[in-house]
Amino acid sequence: MSLNRLTIAEARDRLRAREITATELTDACLSAAEGAGALNAFVHHTPEIAREQAAAADQRLASGDAPAMCGIPVGVKDLFCTKGVPSQAASRILEGFRPEYESTVTQNLFDAGAVMLGKLNMDEFAMGSSNETSVYGNAVNPWKLDDRQLTPGGSSGGSAAAVAADLCLAATGTDTGGSIRQPAAFTGTVGLKPTYGRVSRWGTIAFASSLDQAGPMTKTVRDAAIMLGAMASVDPKDSTSADRPVEDYEAALTGDIRGKRIGIPREYRMDGMPAEIDALWKQGAEMLRDAGAEIVDISLPHTKYALPAYYVIAPAEASSNLARYDGVRYGRRARLSQGDGITEMYEKTRAEGFGHEVQRRVMIGTYVLSAGFYDAYYNRARKVRALIKRDFDQVFAQGIDTILTPATPSAAFPLGAMTDADPVQMYLNDVFTVTVNLAGLPGLAVPVGLDAQGLPLGLQLIGRPWDEGNLLNHGAVLEQAAGFVAKPERWW
Amino acid sequence: MSITEAEARKVAHLARIAVADEALPALAAELNGILQFMEQLNEVDVEGVEPMTGVEKMRLKRREDVVTDGDRQEAILRNAPDAREGFFAVPKVVE
Repeated sequence: MSLNRLTIAEARDRLRAREITATELTDACLSAAEGAGALNAFVHHTPEIAREQAAAADQRLASGDAPAMCGIPVGVKDLFCTKGVPSQAASRILEGFRPEYESTVTQNLFDAGAVMLGKLNMDEFAMGSSNETSVYGNAVNPWKLDDRQLTPGGSSGGSAAAVAADLCLAATGTDTGGSIRQPAAFTGTVGLKPTYGRVSRWGTIAFASSLDQAGPMTKTVRDAAIMLGAMASVDPKDSTSADRPVEDYEAALTGDIRGKRIGIPREYRMDGMPAEIDALWKQGAEMLRDAGAEIVDISLPHTKYALPAYYVIAPAEASSNLARYDGVRYGRRARLSQGDGITEMYEKTRAEGFGHEVQRRVMIGTYVLSAGFYDAYYNRARKVRALIKRDFDQVFAQGIDTILTPATPSAAFPLGAMTDADPVQMYLNDVFTVTVNLAGLPGLAVPVGLDAQGLPLGLQLIGRPWDEGNLLNHGAVLEQAAGFVAKPERWW
Repeated sequence: MSITEAEARKVAHLARIAVADEALPALAAELNGILQFMEQLNEVDVEGVEPMTGVEKMRLKRREDVVTDGDRQEAILRNAPDAREGFFAVPKVVE
């Protein structure tokens, strides 16, 4: 088997046993990534950094003191600032930007010995559900429908495509409304959005600061546990980073969920939901019941208001966060005409530099925060958010350990299929995932089956705050029972 | 509530994004579509509910009031589209 197809756990064991070297493993991934231009997953390759880090990892492995991620080649979403390496959030406005600093997440991974292969495609500023808003052009799902190319999902579409196609062993993603879990479900991979505050946001280009959270995108649940352990930290540079020790998440994978109570929220059974998704959800619940868990019907009554609340709060925060892109300190400045002053410089730079979806969200955010509308939209949305969180607090207080839902309302759709649709239609992709961000909870997407057309479908498990270990343990049981082993046939 | 063309122009200006006059009707229509979707929030009884400010009750962290960073003008200016003599350069602001 080519080494790039290994999981993190397999590679770690073989690296530690000195059966393979980090350099061999890295070379296998670099060749796979270089040969996968058709997927447009990697948008900046960093082979020199990768080889240097792999050599250092080999030395560390030789010394016998190597953490789990030592020598593991990963891809990094373009949203993470990486020192000296283009980091432009897939936006034209950050063209040419090379950070002078390293994000906490990538620094943590490098400290653990991980190897960076390059930067991965995404929706511009993580705003999108299909990776089609990227300045680099869309990434492509390695899974195909006949000869039609499909979206890998978004916003972490490049990360999902790269992991599914074995271009790397794992990738970093970020999730503001479902941007890790939806692409994971669309590509048959595993994606974890941790509890808000578990992973530092420092050096990760901000979209909506009260919702953004980085997490691992991997081939297996075990790998997600291993990688989360390396990404998470208590970070004085992020005031919302929680003062809680990072646990050994892999040790939590006991495979025993006997007596656990799993909630099935009735409000997630949407009108018009494909029968296959409903069937998959039932199968998932049966698998967990067979493993000894108790399945409990629960109610999360404010679920239907999560999307409209999100599409007030996230654009409001984005309009504030993206104010910094003004053509002065970094990135791209528009060419100015004779006599243009500073206002024209701002307005032209932002009109040229931001894509359509980003402009739309910045303007919606500006509107809902503007005088006269702040209470009607923004404050009301924040009150609804409080009610959505209270729904979850109440079911957890009733003894529910985890919640099982579909991950997405459909399988991956063809690229371009949503081009002429109303923007709200695209927002509906987040219908099952966005509640989790609003409530700050951990959510995990696990591949569970294939639909009639042969495309992967996933389920989502939602955990209590700070209960990633238990959540991942449930995910591992579901993964084991589902036995999802399908891989896309190579065409790229 | 619905956004007129004049309001769309005002929002674009507040957001400092140049929008051509001929693009304003389409922009207003798009923004209205999204705002209409948000109108659902009016169905929720939020009487007595405090707006949520964070997911977990935590005190904002404090650190010692000491200088921990600085003295790196060159690094800070390195990504500027136009930097001169140690400053960010912009078009003339004051007449």
